[in-house]
Amino acid sequence: MVQLKVNGVAKQFEGDPEMPLLWYLRDLLELTGTKFGCGQGLCGACTVHVNGVPTRSCLTSLQSAAGKTVLTIEGLSANGTHPLQQAWKQFAVPQCGYCQSGQIMQAAALLKEKPKPSDRDIDEAMQGNICRCGTYQRIRQAIKQAAGVKA
Amino acid sequence: MSTENIQVVSRRGFLGTIFSAGAFVLGAQLLPSEAQAATLAADTAWHPGIWLGLEPDGTLIILAHRSEMGTGIRTVLPMVLADELEADWKRVKIEQAIGDTKYGSQNTDGSCSIRDFIVTIREAGASARLMLERAAAEKWKVPASECKAANHQIVHKSGKKLGYGELATLAALQPVPKKEELRLKSPSEFRYIGKGVPSTDLDDIVVGKGTFGMDARVPGMVYASIERSPVYGGKLKGFDDKAALAVKGVQQTVVIDGFKPPHNFQALGGVAVIADNTWSAMQGRKKLKVDWDLGEHASFDSEAYKKSLFETARQPQKQVRNIGDVDAAFAKATKVHEADYYVPMLAHAPMEPPAAIAEVKNGKATIWTATQNPQAVQETVAAALGIQKEDVICHVTLLGGGFGRKSKPDYVAEAAILAQKLNKPVKVVWSREEDIKFDFYHAVAAMHMKAGTDVKGRPTAWLQRSVFPTIGSTFDASARYGQEFEMGMGWVDLPYDIPNHRAENGPAQNHVRQGWMRAVANIYHAFAIHSFIDELAASAGRDRVEYLLDVIGTPRHLDLEAQGVKYWNNGKPIADYPLDTGRLRHVIEVAAEKSGWAKKKPVKGRALGIAAHRSFLAYVCAVVEVEVDDKGQVKIPRVDIAIDAGQIIDPDRVKAQLEGAAVFGASIAMLGEITAVNGQIQQSNFNNYRVARINEAPYVTHVHLIPSNAIPVGVGEPGVPPIAPAICNAIFAATGKRVRDLPIRKTKLV
Repeated sequence: MVQLKVNGVAKQFEGDPEMPLLWYLRDLLELTGTKFGCGQGLCGACTVHVNGVPTRSCLTSLQSAAGKTVLTIEGLSANGTHPLQQAWKQFAVPQCGYCQSGQIMQAAALLKEKPKPSDRDIDEAMQGNICRCGTYQRIRQAIKQAAGVKA
Repeated sequence: MSTENIQVVSRRGFLGTIFSAGAFVLGAQLLPSEAQAATLAADTAWHPGIWLGLEPDGTLIILAHRSEMGTGIRTVLPMVLADELEADWKRVKIEQAIGDTKYGSQNTDGSCSIRDFIVTIREAGASARLMLERAAAEKWKVPASECKAANHQIVHKSGKKLGYGELATLAALQPVPKKEELRLKSPSEFRYIGKGVPSTDLDDIVVGKGTFGMDARVPGMVYASIERSPVYGGKLKGFDDKAALAVKGVQQTVVIDGFKPPHNFQALGGVAVIADNTWSAMQGRKKLKVDWDLGEHASFDSEAYKKSLFETARQPQKQVRNIGDVDAAFAKATKVHEADYYVPMLAHAPMEPPAAIAEVKNGKATIWTATQNPQAVQETVAAALGIQKEDVICHVTLLGGGFGRKSKPDYVAEAAILAQKLNKPVKVVWSREEDIKFDFYHAVAAMHMKAGTDVKGRPTAWLQRSVFPTIGSTFDASARYGQEFEMGMGWVDLPYDIPNHRAENGPAQNHVRQGWMRAVANIYHAFAIHSFIDELAASAGRDRVEYLLDVIGTPRHLDLEAQGVKYWNNGKPIADYPLDTGRLRHVIEVAAEKSGWAKKKPVKGRALGIAAHRSFLAYVCAVVEVEVDDKGQVKIPRVDIAIDAGQIIDPDRVKAQLEGAAVFGASIAMLGEITAVNGQIQQSNFNNYRVARINEAPYVTHVHLIPSNAIPVGVGEPGVPPIAPAICNAIFAATGKRVRDLPIRKTKLV
């Protein structure tokens, strides 16, 4: 049995401990804000925080998440009040929106580590997160807005 | 409105679950009998009532009948209706429509949602506004001319007011106005049109609550992952599922029969693993041992195919446009130029892989899926199950990207077939590997270009020859030549003022499923033409902007019919949507000015490139700035795009589409390529089918909207075609290297 915390709530899982955290969140906990994009850690759509670290949940087995704290987009803030979520709305970042949970979670981890990121910091932190609609320039704007750095 | 009418609506399962019993459902009066007539399927049919309902509490419910894949259309068309109805946007609730021919076409592609529906939607809003004004007049016993709609209220000239909600019941009793009675708002009266509103899904998306096809769920559903033939058209010989069935959570395996040509949107066929959850289904599928008869396409090799396409492209082929005497003009030319261009197969790769849920009960199917075309879902599922399309209810979720992939509902057919066989709801989930390996690919294309120029370097003769497998092969297995719509995407409609001009198209057989992808045939046509004209300008030693304007010639309306050319003009009358070289010139002038073209002269490793293209009836010019470092790495610090798309409904969403198009175009130019060996696609995921990431995409794209009162046209796709040639033209200016073979990463630039 695997025990972990998801968005502050204690959970127990008795199935295959090899199951990736992604599918546990989506199929079993019905937390579908975390998206399936590639299954190989190549696109970032499934990004969550595990013990505060941005993590590709599609490559993270439940076994390896045992005893840890998981934060998903649903738990990032009450009612979408995180500065990044606010900035995402201000700049109307999403087009289809599918990748944006992962983008926001990745950006949230970036700002925790580097509250005033440079363009280079943003490139380095965000290049694992693909947006096929091509919203990158607004993602960059929104991160800078949330961080209070000049665009 | 009689309750009988409401019941009729409910029984037909159309609007019944969306509105309360007391709602003013304009549509209910129109729906019985005559509304079922097939004539309503036409886009322009007069059927204002199916779009909205007004609740007694004043809530205005507007149906969004087009699919939301990121363009904002699910918000913008309802916004147009609300504006014309003089409604308060804060009191609007948007409901997604199911698939139904009453809406006209719901196929959300071709950049046509605004173009084809703005009039219909405005008339629906104006009808409801007039009915509300008449209802108030009746209540107050005053002439309707003294009553005017203003921000969700009807105001009498005396100053008394009634809210829309209070008038709902009475409004529903008013006869539906005739078209001639309607008064559409003047632009000065617009509340939202031309300004825009935030996407209705924005709040949900940033907290992870938007429901995409991948997120849908129904009680009791099982999950399916499907093993398909690695070669297009391969047949199942046999399989061993022992190891698959041993996977925890796997319930059973089910065979889906192969398709019968033409493949259309049929399920490809294969072996489905059914499980308790997605992960188990996928693990089970990996454990299947399947034996295939790979069939006639097993020898398909994309490198050999490329050679054969060019062999065809270098021989005379079917003429699709011919003016003057090209061969005589070549003989007289000062200089003759020839070049071959190549664009490989491409995959759509929307961030959300295909997914669908189907439930089949008592001969009726209910679907929940991310689709661009719910009516195609109805037809495809009906054909797969042997039922009537009216017995297929298709609920449309948000789409995690579409780009044309999700107007082809083969994945929905798979879910429906499995649900029928298993007699329970089934969710089919495609992995990224399946998405890349079983796409309807954007066609590979080989183009041969030849021009003769005079002493000033201006072309006097122009020959262009394209060869590509046609999308027509999806619907007719014997199709070998480009269809009229493909030829009409930047090929037969080249608006250059060259007296001798011939366009040709050669045959090609498809070995995979071909399908339209964002901007379609414009992608390869634009790449060849706008690269080649840049080569001619370079050879002439002339400024590109000056040269382009010279070759396009004077502002005029191009009369292709007079040249004997069959030209589809995106299905729109050329009289209403002329091919106007003046508008093309103008976007070039604006893009040049805004990008600082005249001041930014090329230096080694840094230069601008330009390309201008009309597609989906819109005029777009892109100026791209590139930096090529000493390792040959390309960066794109800036893109300027000028677009003339007629009247602009939501400026910010248009800008977003063009920003996105620059990234999509950069992916095509720099990175994307699908190849095949032994009939099998070599790419599988984002590691080997590359799309632009934040550090590879244009750093910033400035979009310049040309103010216009012309009829609004497409904006979703027309930004894409000029990007790849503009990038390659910039690379040439910066390095002297001409890239004629995409993607650019295959060419060593230094």
